[in-house]
Amino acid sequence: MHGFANPARFLRIARWLTPACLVAGLVVTLAALAYGLFAAPADRLMGDTVRILFIHVPAAWLGMAGWTTIAGAGVAELVWRHPLAGIAARAAAVPGAAFTAICLATGSIWGRPTWGTWWVWDGRLTSMLVLLFLYFGYIALADATRGEGGGSGRVAAIFGIVGAINVPIINRSVVWWNSLHQPPSITMGKSAIDAAFLWPLLGATVGFSLLFAGVVLARMRAILADIQAEARLRRKAMARAED
Amino acid sequence: MRESLDQWAFVWAAYALGIVGTLAMVAWAWWSMRRAEARRDKSRER
Repeated sequence: MHGFANPARFLRIARWLTPACLVAGLVVTLAALAYGLFAAPADRLMGDTVRILFIHVPAAWLGMAGWTTIAGAGVAELVWRHPLAGIAARAAAVPGAAFTAICLATGSIWGRPTWGTWWVWDGRLTSMLVLLFLYFGYIALADATRGEGGGSGRVAAIFGIVGAINVPIINRSVVWWNSLHQPPSITMGKSAIDAAFLWPLLGATVGFSLLFAGVVLARMRAILADIQAEARLRRKAMARAED
Repeated sequence: MRESLDQWAFVWAAYALGIVGTLAMVAWAWWSMRRAEARRDKSRER
């Protein structure tokens, strides 16, 4: 991991990896969604609304994966002082929040024809909404306490680590509390989903994950470029002042 | 009385929201990266 601590080495890899992730992500996602829309069968109980699964589930997974990235990067920033960890955490916040919002919105759209309501204050929906608010708080905090190297700062890193307690709560909420939301269909090594839905779901999850990775890399490159431009302008201003 | 809903209207709404939201985020991340890198390159010339 420390091999990537050098920003110049990271940029050399990110320069080709960013477009590669974005192009591959777009192709895989669109193919999986087209299959889900036009080729996957309707469900016996949910009918055609089951197709919302192919957007809703990857968005939920990436909403939680985004916060796990923030927490992991927070640990790397505080413990190992990895120079890119804070930048990675800041870069993951906006796409994580966007996928959490997409998960909540598509879940609400799915809930209306399936449950007869747009929203219920149950464990799963409420903990997911809390995650969205945590993202908003993190984005504001990381921006306000930005470190010298462009990282998220110590306070934001601690906030990211403490906020990670919500991720297992989201995951287990449908098991711990009575809910309109269905229990998990995919667990370690087991799946209750028919192959006709499972494969396009896996395809959409891989595709959206590649897009997420591409967006995080692009955000990291943007933050690093801003830091380099700022440092250069500051150096020039100081040299001019000394003349 | 049972309410009859067009399921496909909900499916299209969810797909439109998911696809437009994701593409908007990808476009924003890409163009803000290009702008920041152009600004950095310009600061080298000054």
